Formats: sequence, structure tokens, C-alpha cells
Amino acid sequence: MFSFQNMTQEIHSWLSSLMSETFVMLVEMTIVGILAIALFAFLGLVLVYMERKVAAVIQLRKGPNRVGPFGIFQTSADTLKLVLKEGFMPDNVDKFLYKLAPFVVMITAMLILAPIPFAKGVQIWDINIGVFYLTAISSISVIGILMAGWASNNKYSLLGAMRSGAQIVSYELSAGMAVLSIVVLTGSLNLGDIIASQEDGWWIFKGHIPAWIAFIIYIIAVTAETNRAPFDMAEAESELTGGFHTEYAGMRFALFFLAEYINIFIVCAIGAILFFGGWMPFHIGSWTAFNHVMDFIPSFMWFFGKTFFLIFLIMWFRWTFPRLRVDQLLNLEWKYLLPISIFNLLLMTLVAIKGWHF
Amino acid sequence: MGSGSLITLMLAAIAFSAGGIAVAKFLTKGSTNPQKGQAYECGIPSEGTPWKQFHVGYYLFALIFLIFDVELVFMYPWAVVAKKVGMMALFEIIVFIFILFMGFLYAHKKGALKWM
Repeated sequence: MFSFQNMTQEIHSWLSSLMSETFVMLVEMTIVGILAIALFAFLGLVLVYMERKVAAVIQLRKGPNRVGPFGIFQTSADTLKLVLKEGFMPDNVDKFLYKLAPFVVMITAMLILAPIPFAKGVQIWDINIGVFYLTAISSISVIGILMAGWASNNKYSLLGAMRSGAQIVSYELSAGMAVLSIVVLTGSLNLGDIIASQEDGWWIFKGHIPAWIAFIIYIIAVTAETNRAPFDMAEAESELTGGFHTEYAGMRFALFFLAEYINIFIVCAIGAILFFGGWMPFHIGSWTAFNHVMDFIPSFMWFFGKTFFLIFLIMWFRWTFPRLRVDQLLNLEWKYLLPISIFNLLLMTLVAIKGWHF
Repeated sequence: MGSGSLITLMLAAIAFSAGGIAVAKFLTKGSTNPQKGQAYECGIPSEGTPWKQFHVGYYLFALIFLIFDVELVFMYPWAVVAKKVGMMALFEIIVFIFILFMGFLYAHKKGALKWM
């Protein structure tokens, strides 16, 4: 059957027969870099279009429908507009940090791609501490946001950045606990192993009630971590004009905007890997015939299908719940989510040790 | 690919961002006027600077976060071996979390989690 693993190996051996080892590495690095950039651009276009269409469906509107069939070129046109905008910088900003901030946010968004298995055998870096790496890198993006807010020399920006900082660091804890409960079940931090352990069913079905609680906590926490409504305190339009990116214009704003959508994709991909088995097809225990039928759907379609389902869920939240106040937001995390997630982790440990899961 | 992929991805991100900014700079022509460079605070001339002392509430949350984040780092190696070690792992983590939770309750009692 068609497999990406064979493809990458064939390319590798073909390149090795042509040139020396150093050049092979350089060429492969270039290919990976170009693919990563292509994925970024593609995701940016698709997710913004999807966001607007989902919003339109929920609000009984049509959404973008003028540029191209069903408005599919709307986001391309928007990108063109953003490129043609003046890259304007206000007078009193901290110039170095102001220019550095979009880079920090983009670099973190790009680095998180490294350990994610997009399909069977498609992984940039098969690292044995994948989950830990993801947690570590994803917490760097808050530095970029704080940098942007502080360097802008604008009170709204600073308020937005501070709120965002408090919010991201708070919700990171419950997200971490939810992720840990799956690590307890599998006994491995390697994303490949975690997916392999779900061959006879996804953890959300196998892990009993604690897995469900962990999933719900995870989805709430990552909605907050990516600064999405109902937790979009950092850029609450009606209070802070634009939050931490009030003073950004043109391409620099576009980079923040893109990084936000990439982050949504990444957290949903991690959620899909941990709870829904990543690229693993829908298998039920020992129903061999059923499992074989499911195997005919390619693995990357499973991965992207699950990820986009979770993205749809997060977009649905945005148009369903009203925005929280900042004190309610921190109350929700520290007084409810964190104790519940710690208790849930202990419960999950008990289930895992006693073998009560399937 | 090994850890070289990190350098690759980092360079890709820098190339993408810098490329985008450079193209935009090449394609556009800016205009200057004294009003344009001011901070945008809804049209009202801005008063003072935001670069000064800031609300202490955020600082307290950052401190409490630090306690729990360090705890979380300790829990990763525990989570990997918990299933193999068995019930003993559960009891030990309960003791660990209990001590931490006391600190959390203390902070709560002191009013550190209250938003002023």
C-alpha cells in the first residue's frame, strides 16, 4: 500500500547515490524547510476561510462568497491586501523588541511542528521525549506576546499582553495535567509510541471516564492557551482595541495572525494524537475485518480529519460562549480546573495501575 | 532527521517572516506625518508612559504558577514509570501533591488568588 515511509527512504537513497553525505543533509533540510513553510501558508489560508465559514453557518449568514467559487480565494485576497499594506512602526516603540516579537512567535509555532506525526512515517524528528518537548516549546510563545505588548509603548497593548501572560501560564498547568494522564496510561513520552498504543482503540474510548474528563479539561485549557474566545482577554476588541497587537500593521500583524491559527492547529493536532490516536484508523479491539476496512482510508486523512474536527469544536466555542471577565477566567482555572485535573490525574493513575482500562 | 531539524525549522520560520516583511517593504510606499506615529489609544492623545510599575496581581499569579510548573516538571518522569511501579507510585504522588496542595491552600487563604 501507499506509504510515506517508503517515499522518504527512496528519496534519501536516491540523493545519497548522487552526492556526498553533507550535501544530502543540506538538501533534505531545504526540502523540510520548504514543506514546513508550505504547510504554514496552506494552513493559514484554510483555517481563516474555515473560521469565517463556520461563523457564517452558526450565525445563519453566507460568509465569504464573492472571490472565487464559494469564496475560497477570499483569504488569498486578504493575504495580498496584508502584503500590500505599509509595514508601519509608531515613533515611540522599543524598536528592537518590536521587530523581534513576531519572529519569536513564528519560530515557536514552527518549532512545535518537529515531533508531530502527520501520517504513518511522516515525522520531522522522532524524539523520545515528544510530549515534554511540546510542552516546553509551546510555553515560549508567551514571551513573544509579552515582548510585543511591552515594546509597543501602548497601554492597551501592555494590558493585553499581561492578561495573556497570566492566562497562558495558568491554563498551561491543566493542559499539562490532562496530557500527563495519557502519558500515565501509555508509559511513554514518545508520540509514536502513544499512537501505537491506540491500535486497538483510541484512548478516549479505552480510558474510561478519566480520559473523558482529561479531554474536556484539555480542550478548555488549550482554548484559553491559544487566546481564543471565550478566553480572548488578550485581544478583547471591545475593551483593548487589539490587545497586544494594537500597534502592529501590515505583514508584522499578519505574522501574529498566522501564528495564532497555526497554534490552534497544533494544539488540536496534539489533542487528536493523545485522545483520538493521531493517524491511527478507527479500530475496535479484535474485529479484524472491520479494522482492515478502516485501514483503507489513508493515515494522513485520519490525522487531518480528527484535527479539523477538534478545530471545528474550538471555532464552535467561539460563537457559542460569551467572553469571560479576567477574574472569572483566573477563578475558573485556579479554583476549578486545576484541582479537578489533579484529582483526575490521580484517578487515571489508579485506573492505569489496576488495569481497569481496556 | 535528528536535532538538525530544529535548526532547519528555525531558519524556515525566520526566512518566512523576514521574507514576508521584506516583500511588503519592497511593494509599499509609506507616508509620514506627525499624527501617524503616535500610539493608538482610541484617538485621545496618550497620557504618560505604560513603562512603569504594574498591577501586582499578575505577579502573584506568576509566582503560584512557578510552584506548580516545577511540580509538573517532576511529574513527567513519574508519569512514564507509574504503571510499572504500581500502587507505590500512586501513594508517593499523593504525598507529593498533598504537600504542594497545602502551599496552594496557603496562597488561597492569604488571598493571592483573589482578583483586586
